[in-house]
Parts: sequence; C-alpha cells; structure tokens
Amino acid sequence: MSAASLDALVARTDALLRDVRLDAVRDWKARHPGTKAVGYLPVFAPVELITAAGMLPVGIIGGGDQVEIIRGDAYFQSYICHLPRSVIELGVNGALDCCDGFLFPSTCDVIRNLSGIWKVLFPGKYVHYVDVPQDFSRGRGGAWYRSELELMRADLGRLAGREVTDADLWRAIRIHDENRRALRELYDLRAKEPWKAPTSEVYRLQRAGLLLPADEHAQLVRDYIAAARGSDRRELDQSRVVLTGAFCEQPPLDLIVTLERAGCYIVDDDLVLGPRMIREPIEDARGADRDPIEALVDAFLTRTVPTAFVYIGEAEKGAALCETVATRRAEGVLFASPSFCDPSLLDRPMLARALDRRGISHTSFKYAENTGQFQTIREQAGTFADSLKLWSDA
Amino acid sequence: MSTAPVPRPAAAAAAKDDSMAAQKQMLADHFHALARARETGARTVYTFVPGNLTELIRTFGTLPVLPEINALQSGMRKKSADYIAEAEKLGHSEDVCTYVKCDIGMLKRGNIGPTGEPLPPPDLLLLSYTGCFTFMKWFELLQQEYDCPVVMLHVPYQGDGKATPEMIRYVVDQLREKVIPALEKVSGKRLDAADLSSRLALSAKAEDDLVHVLQSARHRPSPIDAYFGGVYYIGPIFSAFRGTPEAVEYYRLLRDEVDARVAAGLGPVTPDGPMGPEEYRLVVEGPPNWTSFREFWKMFSDEGATCVASTYTKVGGVYDLGFRHDPEEPLESLARYCLGCYTNLNLPSRIDLIARYVKEYQADGFVINSVKSCNSFSAGQLVILRQVEERTGVPGGFIESDLVDPRYFSAANIKNRIESYLQMIEQRRAGRVAVGQAP
Repeated sequence: MSAASLDALVARTDALLRDVRLDAVRDWKARHPGTKAVGYLPVFAPVELITAAGMLPVGIIGGGDQVEIIRGDAYFQSYICHLPRSVIELGVNGALDCCDGFLFPSTCDVIRNLSGIWKVLFPGKYVHYVDVPQDFSRGRGGAWYRSELELMRADLGRLAGREVTDADLWRAIRIHDENRRALRELYDLRAKEPWKAPTSEVYRLQRAGLLLPADEHAQLVRDYIAAARGSDRRELDQSRVVLTGAFCEQPPLDLIVTLERAGCYIVDDDLVLGPRMIREPIEDARGADRDPIEALVDAFLTRTVPTAFVYIGEAEKGAALCETVATRRAEGVLFASPSFCDPSLLDRPMLARALDRRGISHTSFKYAENTGQFQTIREQAGTFADSLKLWSDA
Repeated sequence: MSTAPVPRPAAAAAAKDDSMAAQKQMLADHFHALARARETGARTVYTFVPGNLTELIRTFGTLPVLPEINALQSGMRKKSADYIAEAEKLGHSEDVCTYVKCDIGMLKRGNIGPTGEPLPPPDLLLLSYTGCFTFMKWFELLQQEYDCPVVMLHVPYQGDGKATPEMIRYVVDQLREKVIPALEKVSGKRLDAADLSSRLALSAKAEDDLVHVLQSARHRPSPIDAYFGGVYYIGPIFSAFRGTPEAVEYYRLLRDEVDARVAAGLGPVTPDGPMGPEEYRLVVEGPPNWTSFREFWKMFSDEGATCVASTYTKVGGVYDLGFRHDPEEPLESLARYCLGCYTNLNLPSRIDLIARYVKEYQADGFVINSVKSCNSFSAGQLVILRQVEERTGVPGGFIESDLVDPRYFSAANIKNRIESYLQMIEQRRAGRVAVGQAP
C-alpha cells in the first residue's frame, strides 16, 4: 500500500477521533433504517450484546479538547475528573441524541453515579449500570454475572425490538473476536516496529473503533497494519516505554504526539482499553457448542486484562505491568493519570513499588482530556527518555 | 440571627452524659482490647463501615478494626494533616481520598489508635466492597503492608434502584463459601449459627431504638441534631458493637434520654451546651468535616439551625426505611443489609430519600456538604441539589470541604455560605408571609 493510502487511512481515523457529535453514528443509522445505537462509557461493557441485537455499540469518551464546557461544569465540583462534565455537556447539547440507550460500566464511583444522573436527566433513554463481578469463581461471581448479562440481553432485545438469539450472540462474539485479533496484531506490530506504527496513529485507530461497527473497524485496522508494514518509515533513536493509567479519560492526541516527539516509543499502553479488556478471543476451541452467555461469563472471569478496577485477589499488584515491560522489551514506564482519577492514582503507588522491586524506571504525570499545555510534560518525558538511553540496561 | 444559648438544664445534661459516658467506655474498652490483642491471642479483622459484618466477625471471637473510624478520629484529634503529608511523601496523589492517606500515614507512624494505644496488625482484611470503589484500592494498599490474608465480599450496586434476588444470592454465596471459611481459618473456630442469630436479634433491638432516636427529630423542637449529634449516635452500631449487649444497652439509654428531652420540650445539646430556640430545621447530605467538627457544628448551632435528618447517618445502614437484621435469615439479612447501605443506592434513590426527609421532618431546607475525598458521595450532588429543590420546593445550600484534610476546610468561606443560605430561607419566609402564605 502506498504512503498516500496510509495518509488517507490516518486522515480517516483522525476525522473519527474528532467526531464528538457522532456524525459517523448518525450516518450509520441513516444507512441502516430502523436500527439503533447504544452508547457505553469507559471502560468495559459487554458490547457483544449490543451487536447481537443488531444495534451499533458506540464508545462515549467525552469531548476531549474539542468541546467547550459551558453547562457540564455546573454538574460537577472542581475536584471531579473532566470526563463526566464533557459527557454531560455532549448530552445536554444534543450530541448524544443518536444513542438510544447507554451503558455505564463499573469503572469508578464517578461513572457509577453518572448512570444515576443520566436516569434523571434523560428519562426517555435506556440506561443501565453494568456491574461486573469482583469474585472470579464460576459458581458465585460467574452465576451472578450471568444473571446480569441475561438481564441486559432481554433489555437490549426490547430496545432493538427483537429477540436476541444464541445464534445472534455467536455471530456478535465472532465479530468482536476478529476485532480483538486485529487490535492484538496492531499492538504486536507497534511493539516490534514502533517507528512504523507510531502511537499517535495507533491511538487514532483505536478511537475510530469507538464509532464504527466492530467488523468495519477490524478491516480498517488490518488495512492500516498492511500499509504501515509496507511503509519506508525509519527507526529513530527513541526510548521504548509502556504508558499506563490512561484507561478511562483519554488524553488529547497532542499529548501522545508530544511524548513521541520527546523521544518515547510507546510500545504498550492501556489507552482505549475497553475493546481489549478481554485478552483473547471469546470463542475457544469448543466453538459454538456451548451457551454464548456462558462464553461471555467465562471470558470475563478468566481473560480480563489486570487493571485498576478489577480485583486481583492476593496476586502481586503490578506483576502484570512488569510482565508487559519484559515482553515488550520496554525500558521504562510512563504513569499517565487523569487528574482526580481514583482508580489510576490509587493504583500508581502499588504499581510503582512493583517496578522498583525489579529496577524498572518510571515517571508520572497527570493530564485532563482537554489539557492544552504540554511543555512541562514534554520536558519531563524528554528527560526520562534521555535517562533511559543513557543508563538503561535494556 | 445568632441567639444566646439558653441555660443548660442540669437534669437533661446529666441524662445525656449517661449515654455519652457509656459510649466512651465501650470505645475505650474496645481499643484497649485491641491494644492487648497480641498478648491475649485475640484475632483482629480490618473492615469497612458500609456493609460491615460485625455480628459475623464477633461470633468468631475476632475483633473488628475500622480504618475509616481511625481516620476520622485522627482528623478530630488534629493528627490527620501530618499523616496525609506522610502518605503524600510516599507517592500518594494529592487528588485521592484522604481517609486512605490518613490511614497509610498513621500506619507508617506506628499505627497508634485514637486512644493513644497501638493498634494490632490485621489477621484478616475483610474487604467489604460496598458502595465505594476506593475500598478496593485501600485494602490492596494495606495488603502490601501486612502479611495476612484478604477476603473480598463484592456487594453489587443497586444501579436500577433495587436489590434483586440474584444480588442477594451472590452476596450470600460469598458469605457462605468465602467469608465464613476465612473467619473460621483465622479464628480456629467453626461457625456457631445459633450464636450468630442471637447477635442479629440484639442488632434488631438496637436498630429499633436507633430509629426511634433519629425519628425523634420529627418533634418541634427536635430533641437531637441528627447530623452533628447523629454521628455520635451511630457510633456504636456502625462500628464495633452491632449485635452486642453493650450496644443494646447504649441505645436503650439514649432512647430514654431523648424521650425525656421530648417530654421536656428541649432541643439538642451541643458540645457548647444546649442549643437555643430552633430557628431552622435542615436536612443534610454528605459526610461531615472532621478536622474542624466542633467549629463546623457551631456555625449551624449559633444560628439556631438544627439538622433534623441526614444521609451520612445511613452509610452504615438505612434502618429508618424498615430494614432490620433478621435472626431467622442470618446470611440473607446480612446480604440485604450490605446491599441497602446508603452509598450503595443509586442517585434517584438518594434523591427520593432526601426529598422524603425534607417532607417527613418538615425541614426548611437542606444542605449538601460535598467532600473532596469521596466521589461515591460527591459525584452527582449538584444534580441532587437541583432535583430535591424541584421536588420539595425548599432551597438547598452547598458547602465544600473534606473529610480529614484540613487544607480543604475554609472556615470563613463555609461560615459565610451557611449564613447567606439561612438568610435566604429567612427572606423566603418573609416573602411567603407577604403574599399571605403560611410562614
């Protein structure tokens, strides 16, 4: 694929990243008369249920640095993170009208309470708080999660005006599995040759996936992989880092660009984590011989990425991050936390401790989705990247 | 608007002192038992106030430790600023819950409890994950500090405003298959179901009396302050004593004292003595500030503002809506208890409850004390403010402070807000009189 094609692909994903009024969703609905769209907030929602009901899952990620907050600030105190105020802004100014329902995942108390705010502000919309088990036994957490999924299956079926059959669910599972595979390949390519697939482009691709049907997005990712692999981009003398803590409120694209320009190759991250929360395909070797809801339950219980809002019992906090550093051959870790983000900021000291035990360098900074000044972060990341180059053993 | 305090009736003050003295002694005995735990061989279980399983913990002979209570006590004793600074030096963000940082700092400074005696390390961390995301992080942090097992009790959130049979079963299954075996292992004892049931019967009795006390605020004047005074009244039942004979006795004493105040037509007693005439009846949402607790209370009491109902006094159980622990269904009732704690209710349910309090307690207004530390409480409170105003027609006031970080208690600003708010109520009253409505 030519450089022009690669540029065109990136331009398309860039447009989708900036599509805060969800024009892509409106277009999709116009092209599929009678269908509906269901928004889900970060981080994890069982989007297979939405797809299975013939509806479009839409990742609601806030307004980033694209939206001026006029009314949203009136809903939240200054010490609450930025994401919910821009989501409210988009909600009250009509940008999210194209969504017929909303799922609010159990990421933190702010998104949890936002589900109640939504019920109050938008009584005509379907609103559901998606609780997930923190007990990972099949008999307890699994049984309860199954009841939650069955409830959502029935609710979403009613919203879509059709029954969600097992066959529908398996079809959706396969579509999202394919999307997971494509994203996995993308991450592998970036870890291997980050100069060919820079994070500023990978990030755009992932953000684009929040507004596209999963199968269309998987194809876009595969097209990008082919184009990036075939490109003649050359390696720079940059440090390899893992970026972590940015799983919910997303940084502005310019912050990612800043980190790269400061000398960092981001070789793994938890940006836009939702679609990658289940590490491996949900359909396993047993195929469709079993109950699809059981397959969704099993995937959550056994194949979720360890992250701040998932309880890992007595396993070592930070061990998974250290393993990522090792497998991605990273030289250090950037902790990037949204201001006032409890999950990310409370996790950070524990993860830092695990890194310290293994002698892995790290630095940390905070951001908001609308951060506009990057000089301090650029200097910090640049110094960090230089120090890795000078003193790292990796 | 300030009114001179009325002389303190000696009999009422003495009667009040009986329950206060009883509570003080209970706490002293408990912290002394904790300090001697290693010596006596007593096992300790750290857990949280919302969704606490005190009867279950005590039925195994183990002693509960509640880090939130230790943190708030540190706040009241002016120690929290140093503890928080200690935690922040260790890399904890200035943005996160100050209860957590206060607890971590206290631990790093020797884990000296509120009575000045050392607290024992936990033999078990019972992570009752009820209504607060931070609880999970808090015990993960403690897990790194202590060499002891952790057992997680995940209590689903009432996202749709109800506790479903599936939720109850999930919690019961965890109690039966995880929590009880963990307690059995730590204590070396098997569960005595009859003992648990008898403790739950004691809980229900104390809960009856607590509700009677809280609902006494329906009287005019209210004999209690159901927020500032209320935090003392909930002390035993929300901490280490639910299901004990001591708690039953404490609430019986308190009930008698409050009944006597009602009969005498007396208002609440504050740390500075009995309040003057009841000028304003307020409902309060949100936890108090602990670092300037007395000063905060005085800002209300000096103006004759009595808090007649509060949501903070429901974080360890919403008993006034009818829930009681049930000795006939011990695990199911513990599950229902956990699911029904205030911060596990969704926002519309919280709005319903506050609006109900405004009407039931004939409040002139409601005040939200929004604390920086607690997103579980605070996220959405500005929506609560508007909704309750709309539903009840009474004005809402909004104050911002923190739990135990004194940097976030701006006394002059808060006092100014309270006074302005009460003046607004006064003006509305005058306006209603002017247009011929009942004041």
